[in-house]
Amino acid sequence: MALQSLDVKNRSATNFEGPSARSTLEVAKLIDVSRCIGCKACQAACMEWNDLRAPVGSNQGFYTNPPDLDDQTWTLMRFYEENIEGSLQWLILKDGCLHCTDPGCLKACPSPGAIVQYSNGIVDFHQEQCIGCGYCVSGCPFNVPRIRKEDSKAYKCTLCSDRVSVGLEPACVKTCPTGAIHFGSKEEMVFQAQGRLADLADRGFKNAAVYDPKGVGGTHVVFVLPHGDKPELYGLPRAPSVSPLVSLWRSGFARTVGVITMVGVAIAGVLHYMRHGPLEVPDEKKEA
Amino acid sequence: MTNNWVDIKNADVVFVMGGNPAEAHPCGFKWVIEAKLKNKAKLIVVDPRFTRTAAVADIYAQIRPGADIAVLGGIIHFLLTNDKIQHEYVRHYTNAPFLVNPDFKFDEGLFSGYNQEKRNYDKSTWGYQLDKDGYAKIDPSMQDPQCVLQQLKKHYARYTPEMVESVSGIPRAQFLKICETVATTSAPNRVMTNLYALGWTQHTTGSQMIRTMALIQLLLGNMGLPGGGMNALRGHSNIQGLTDLGVMSHLLPGYIGLPTEGEPDLKTFLEKRTPKPLRPGQMNFVQNTPKWMVSLLKAWYGKAATKENDFGYDWLPKNDKPYDIMAAFELMHQGKMNGYFCQGFNPLASVPDKAKLNQALAKLKFLVTIDPLSTETASFWKNAGELNDVDPSKIQTEVFRLPSGCFAEEDGSLTNSGRWLQWHWKGAEPPGEARSDIEVMAAIFLKVRELYQKEGGVLPEPVLNLNWPYRIPAAPSAEEIARETNGVALADIPDPKDPTKFLAREGEQLATFAHLQADGTTACGNWIYCGSWTQAGNMMARRDPADPTGLGVTPSWAWNWPVNRRILYNRASADPAGKPWDGKRKYLAWTGKKWGGADVPDMRPDAAPEEAVGPFIMNAEGVARLFAPAMAEGPFPEHYEPFETPLDKNPLSPKEPRAISNPAARLYKGDRERLGTSKDFPYVATTYRLTEHFHFWTKHTRISAVLQPEMFVEIGEGLAQEKGIRQGDTVLVKSKRGQIKVKAMVTKRIQTLTIAGKKVHTVGIPIHWGFEGQAKSGPIANTLTPFVGDANIQTPEFKAFLVDVVKAGSDRA
Repeated sequence: MALQSLDVKNRSATNFEGPSARSTLEVAKLIDVSRCIGCKACQAACMEWNDLRAPVGSNQGFYTNPPDLDDQTWTLMRFYEENIEGSLQWLILKDGCLHCTDPGCLKACPSPGAIVQYSNGIVDFHQEQCIGCGYCVSGCPFNVPRIRKEDSKAYKCTLCSDRVSVGLEPACVKTCPTGAIHFGSKEEMVFQAQGRLADLADRGFKNAAVYDPKGVGGTHVVFVLPHGDKPELYGLPRAPSVSPLVSLWRSGFARTVGVITMVGVAIAGVLHYMRHGPLEVPDEKKEA
Repeated sequence: MTNNWVDIKNADVVFVMGGNPAEAHPCGFKWVIEAKLKNKAKLIVVDPRFTRTAAVADIYAQIRPGADIAVLGGIIHFLLTNDKIQHEYVRHYTNAPFLVNPDFKFDEGLFSGYNQEKRNYDKSTWGYQLDKDGYAKIDPSMQDPQCVLQQLKKHYARYTPEMVESVSGIPRAQFLKICETVATTSAPNRVMTNLYALGWTQHTTGSQMIRTMALIQLLLGNMGLPGGGMNALRGHSNIQGLTDLGVMSHLLPGYIGLPTEGEPDLKTFLEKRTPKPLRPGQMNFVQNTPKWMVSLLKAWYGKAATKENDFGYDWLPKNDKPYDIMAAFELMHQGKMNGYFCQGFNPLASVPDKAKLNQALAKLKFLVTIDPLSTETASFWKNAGELNDVDPSKIQTEVFRLPSGCFAEEDGSLTNSGRWLQWHWKGAEPPGEARSDIEVMAAIFLKVRELYQKEGGVLPEPVLNLNWPYRIPAAPSAEEIARETNGVALADIPDPKDPTKFLAREGEQLATFAHLQADGTTACGNWIYCGSWTQAGNMMARRDPADPTGLGVTPSWAWNWPVNRRILYNRASADPAGKPWDGKRKYLAWTGKKWGGADVPDMRPDAAPEEAVGPFIMNAEGVARLFAPAMAEGPFPEHYEPFETPLDKNPLSPKEPRAISNPAARLYKGDRERLGTSKDFPYVATTYRLTEHFHFWTKHTRISAVLQPEMFVEIGEGLAQEKGIRQGDTVLVKSKRGQIKVKAMVTKRIQTLTIAGKKVHTVGIPIHWGFEGQAKSGPIANTLTPFVGDANIQTPEFKAFLVDVVKAGSDRA
């Protein structure tokens, strides 16, 4: 069950009309990469608030620790060293769920209610409904969800839906010491993000841009990228979209095709029976 | 900090060198970001590595570790030769016009008066020309060849951009870009702040590195202004409080020097410590030392301190020689120090040359550790394989571990880098048998006092006469100690201006150090903290964030020493006539009758501009010192190579072998032999901290251990290629003093430099690991570092030394 202020708009594998009595503010998290110092306070706060404890790993020669997102690591600071136009840049990106408007995970999910999208835009996993099939992993254009081996359930950032539902900002936002992460209405966040571009251009980042990819209908985590023309340098896909197969898989067309196929198979079965009678098991003794 | 954290937002240029605040002070770094956003400030970062701070910088330059004075001297050279100095400021607020003794000389890296045997200077020629009244002579035109400005010009003439490039590795064009950006702040309406930390202090020339930057800030007129200053970012939440309270081997509270053997009585001590003004009409504030000192003695010895017995001066220890941390371990190593109390300190990890420390600790009869955590020092006797290869059966030291609470388990105040005393309240009780540090110390003191009372002993007075007025003697409260530190009137203190009034009545908390007396009628545990707990209550607990001027001055948030002043030397934010230099940063102004503005004036409130009272009131000159004879290695900062250098001569004084490294730095016998040469150890190493960890504490916490689990070293791609080292390979890093086995992080963020025509690789070594805690056990970085410190304050040279790096397994030795 969703909390009071979190009206469910979309629900995996369910034909469903969301409640319409209230209109909810669409929210977003803004991550201004140009203000981020990669201190990992957000990562620590995420672990604390959500009671997550990845194992103490080992150093593989990188600042990114643990090495990847996992069921205990819902947000991860990734570090990339790049030479861009002759100048060294240390690109640091806070990786995690972007909470797509058009979420590939939700579309791919075959289990009713395991993935929901609230009317405020947050995409949340409800593990009690999760069957661990991993379709959300393949459905996600950002490679975010992770299946926990121990319980075969999928996990990812909730945008602190529990905090947001009681009027608090996500834990990472609360913690960020340099104000690189903001939380508010999607409109306001995009406006703020756009407002950073002139200053960045002044400082030589002529291609600075806001990352709010349209291929997934926009996201509820938006980035200010100093090198906005090359999102892939930050590990972000240039033009993410939900795979057409996933869209097809949950579409009315697919269902119709599915139903027709099922009915067709059933009819074919009946016809086959009528024409050939029951399938008989050959007598082994005869063959021998 | 002369300024404070919030004030960084007022800067037009933020110059970070000798520090990595985004990494080590992420919360304070928000004010740099604020300056960039609101002020369009430019951020300059000079560091041996492309750091997290560099990641958001506008200009970054990679410097060879230890070449800082060469670079900063080069900036001074640029400012002087391009006439980019704030002339009025320099003329009126610095000693630039002062005439220097004509016998003062400098040649090939050595100043006049050098004594090679003692490795120190006879400073008799390092002074001003004095007139018949004992005042310094000046030339306001600053043209006299003997005046400080001309001497400064002469001194830095060698620091050309070419020399800077050759010594530091910073390409000339990049260096000039930095110079030009810095120079923009010589305009009265542009201000630069400097942020530095251990990246400067931890060199054998550390104090002088800081001073060189201070010279730049003075020449630009950036001291005392909002958005300016010299800002030391302190390494612990309360390390500023530690130094303020004099928990140093040579200090009493409030930066009063600890008496030495040459000061047998109070009169001699006060005469030596109370300077005479060097210019007429100056405040020479240190002349109040007798008031501070006597009030301190009254706080410590109470009624037992009387005028007749010099207020108990005899009971203070008198230094016969230095007892800094390096000296203490040297004494221990020589077997001359038998017992050691180690409170909130992990020297086995924090002091250089671990092998020497292991030997030293093993010579102790007893070691007491007071700490919330299990430290490597407390376990120095434990064999931890190659991380601590000792034989416990050969170590006879008795170790007592007294578990203490941590900061969140006690009430008290923390003094931050900006000198704010912020009160905090206990969040939890200490676990298990742990007690607060105060209770641990009180228990030990009461037991020792009982033994003296019962059994007597040599010199019992300091113990028996110690004032111990606490309600529960075994558990003095933080409030009681804070009130005592602030100070109290022991008698009615009449107001000298109005005999019908009193500054304070007997028993009242004092409002300001201006009320302290030298006759024993006031007691004060630390004069600079006077005003923190007044009759009105605990000023440190105030939490009003109001900033009426918008300049980041919050007078009712906590309490700022001294006298709630937020920017030191703030009189210098106005011109000699008392008008703010910059219309948009109106900080302080002469109102016709008194000084007024955003902050508490750092000036006698009624000192009219015509009186020409200098803004640097703590100096006998009344002005700031570009020429400072107090420094051990010379009145002008000079570049010296680190004690382990890849070069065979000092490029700035190539003919003088005595001036390769700091000629006045102390080097113990035995430690010289433990220094390596570039023949065996060709790479320059530097140690540092990571944002994921705090010193050697957070390896005990799971989350920090997850975020940065294992020790590593950073090497550039150039060195990695030469040595066939790949990302994540295990390597051996060796110095003359030991070796460590660690993972390699191969990075673009460290480039190969060309120094004096020679290719030089830098190796970066983070410090946070050891053999106790939750993170993966790892080698102690200080296994590698040399046992030599700064010439003035003995901070060890952790930031520049020599190593060799080989791939583990490929090592044939």
